[in-house]
Amino acid sequence: MSELQLKKKDITGFIFINLTRLLFLFLLAVLALVLAKIIIEGIGIISPEFIFSSPKNNMTEGGIFPAIFGTVAVTFIMILLSLPLGVSSAIYLNEYARDTFFTRIIRTAVNNLAGVPSIVFGLFGLGFFILFLGRKMDEVLQTGLLFGQPAIIWASATLAVLVLPIIIVSTLEALNSVPKSHRDASYGLGATKWQTIKNVVLPQARPGILTGTILAISRGAGETAPVLFLGAAFFLPNLPVVDLCIGNYCIPMINPGEQFMYLAYHIFILATQSSNPTKTLPIQYGSTLVLITLTFLLNITAIIFRYRFRKILGRL
Amino acid sequence: MEKELNNQQNSLTENETKNHHQTYDSPFSRRIKKSTRVKESIIKYFFALNGTAALIFIILIFIFLFKEGFKAVEHIGLVDFIYHSRLLDDGTFIRVFEWYPTSEDARYSLVPLILGTLLTSIPATIISTFFGVGAGIYLSEIANPKAKEILKPIIELFAGIPTVVLGIYLSEIANPKAKEILKPVIELFAGIPTVVLGFIMLVVGASFFNDLFNPTNRLNAFIAAIGLSFVVIPVIASLTEDALHSIPNDLRMASYGMGATKWQTISRVILPAAFSGVSASILLGFGRAVGETMIVLMAAGNAANISTNIFQSVRTMTATIAAEMGEVSQGSDHYYSLFFIGIVLFSITFLLNLIAEIIINKMRKKNTF
Repeated sequence: MSELQLKKKDITGFIFINLTRLLFLFLLAVLALVLAKIIIEGIGIISPEFIFSSPKNNMTEGGIFPAIFGTVAVTFIMILLSLPLGVSSAIYLNEYARDTFFTRIIRTAVNNLAGVPSIVFGLFGLGFFILFLGRKMDEVLQTGLLFGQPAIIWASATLAVLVLPIIIVSTLEALNSVPKSHRDASYGLGATKWQTIKNVVLPQARPGILTGTILAISRGAGETAPVLFLGAAFFLPNLPVVDLCIGNYCIPMINPGEQFMYLAYHIFILATQSSNPTKTLPIQYGSTLVLITLTFLLNITAIIFRYRFRKILGRL
Repeated sequence: MEKELNNQQNSLTENETKNHHQTYDSPFSRRIKKSTRVKESIIKYFFALNGTAALIFIILIFIFLFKEGFKAVEHIGLVDFIYHSRLLDDGTFIRVFEWYPTSEDARYSLVPLILGTLLTSIPATIISTFFGVGAGIYLSEIANPKAKEILKPIIELFAGIPTVVLGIYLSEIANPKAKEILKPVIELFAGIPTVVLGFIMLVVGASFFNDLFNPTNRLNAFIAAIGLSFVVIPVIASLTEDALHSIPNDLRMASYGMGATKWQTISRVILPAAFSGVSASILLGFGRAVGETMIVLMAAGNAANISTNIFQSVRTMTATIAAEMGEVSQGSDHYYSLFFIGIVLFSITFLLNLIAEIIINKMRKKNTF
C-alpha cells in the first residue's frame, strides 16, 4: 500500500467518523432546542396558582390542578395493580421456572406486550375492562350502569397492563444480578426456597425493582392514547374524590368510579380541540413544562437509583 | 439454565419430594414440616400463575380485538375494507378507495389509512436510521469512554423506555461492567411523553417547516414523520449500539492488526458482522413508528387522502381510532370497523416484534462462542 493510498483512506475515514460525530451533536442540539423552547415559553406561567387551582373561564384561564391530581390518582392505582403482578411474574420466571418451551413463550409474550401500540391498549381497555368486565359486574351485582362505563379504575387497569413489561424486565434484571452464592448460603442455613426469596433475594433486588417502578410511573403518566376513551375528561368541576367515613371521621379518598382529568390529555385537548387554541397557548406550554419536568425527574431518579444499585453490586 | 438447575438441586424442598430422603436421611429434610412444604408449593403455584400474566394479557388483547373486530368483517365484509364498489349512472361499477364511515353510503376502505401510516412511518424510519445508526456507531466505536459516559445517559433520557423494555435482550447479551455504568443516559430522551412531541410539532415544527418547504397542507405527513423520529431514533440508536457492542473484540483487533483504519474496521468488519442486529433495531423502530398515536394525531393533519405526496395531510390507522372512537355509537358498523383497524395494527407490530426477536436471538447464539 503506497503512502498516497493510505493517506486517501485516512481522509474518507476522517470524514465519516466526524460525520457520525456531527450527526450525534446535531441530534443533541435539536433536543436541547426543543427543551429550551418548552422551558422558555412555559416558565412564565408557572406559579403556585397555576399548579394549585382549577381551570377557569372555559379553560382559557386558571390552573391545572385537577389534571395533576387525576394523573397522580390514575398512576397511583395503576402501580398498585401492576407492581405486585409484575414482580411476582418476574420472580416466577427467574427463581422458579426452568428454561422450557413454555417459559420462552412467556418471555416472548413480555417482549411483544411491550411492542403493542398504545392505542391498541385503549381498544383493549374499552373492549375487555369496560364492556366485558364492567358490564358483567353490573349484571351480576345488579348495579345498573356503575362499572360498565369509563372510570379511573379502568384507565388504571389498562395502563397497568401497558407498563407490566417494564416492571417485569427491570425486576428480572434485578433478580438476575443477585449472586448465586447468596442463595446457596441461604439454602445452606436451612432456609426454604420462599424464605430465601423473601429474606435474601428480594431485599437485594429492591433498588432494581424500585427503578422499574419509577420508570413505569413515568411512562404511565405520559401516555395519552390509551386513556382517550377510558374516562379522560375535557373538564370536570370537581375532583374525583369521595369521603370515606368511619363514624365521625372522614378521609377524602380517590373515587375510582369517576372520570378524571389527565395532564397529557389536557395538553392534547387544549392544543387541538379547545375553542381558542391560540389564547390557551401559554397554558399549553405551562402544562407541557409541568409534564416534562415530572417525567424527567422520575426518569433521572430511576437512572440514579440504577447507577447506585449497579455500583453496589459491582463491589460484591 | 445451568443456574436454574443448580438452584433446584440446592433447594431442600426439591430434595424432599422424591426418593432422595428415603435413600439416606438428610438431617435437613426431616426437619421440614409438612405444613411448610404445603406452604412452599402453594407459593410456587401462586408465582407460576402470576408468571403467565404477560402471556394471558397478550391472549386477552388478541381475543377481545377479534371478538369486536370480527363483527366488522361479518357486517361489512373483507372486500369493503379494501375498496367500495360504486354503481355509476351508466350501470358500471367503479372501485372507490375512501374512508367515510359516517356518511349515508358508508365507505370503509383502509387503503388511505394504511397509506397514511406508511407515509409517516417510512420517512420517520429512514430519518431515524440515518441518525440512529450514526449515533449508535459513534457511541459504540468512536466516542472516548469519558464522552460516552456523559452522552449515553442523555440519549437514554429520551430513549429510556425502549432500552428498558428491550433490556431483556441487553441484559442477556451480557456486557462488561463499563456498560453498566454507561447505560443511564439514552433513557431520558425516550421518557418524553409523545403528546409533548406532538404538541411541539403542532405549534413550532409546523410553522418552521412551512417556511422551509411551503407544503400543500400546513399539517402534513412530513411534519409527523419528523415528530416520529424523536421516538424512533432512541430505539434504533440504543439497539444498534448494543448490536455493535456484542461483536467480539477479537474481530476489531484482527482488523487493526492487518493495518485497517478505524473507519475501515467499522465499515467493513463491525457493521457487516452486526448487520442482523442493526436490521432488527430498524424493524423495531419501524414498529414503534407504525404504532405511535399522539404525534400523528396532532401533526399529520388527519385527512384521509389517497396520495403519495409527503407534504399533504394524511390520516394514519392509529389516529383514526383515536379520533373516532370517542364519538362512535357502540355496536355500530363504524365501531366494529375501528376494532378491525386495531387488529391490523396489532398484527403488524406483533409480526415486526416477532421477526426482530428471532433475528436478535439468532445473532446472540452466533456471537456467543
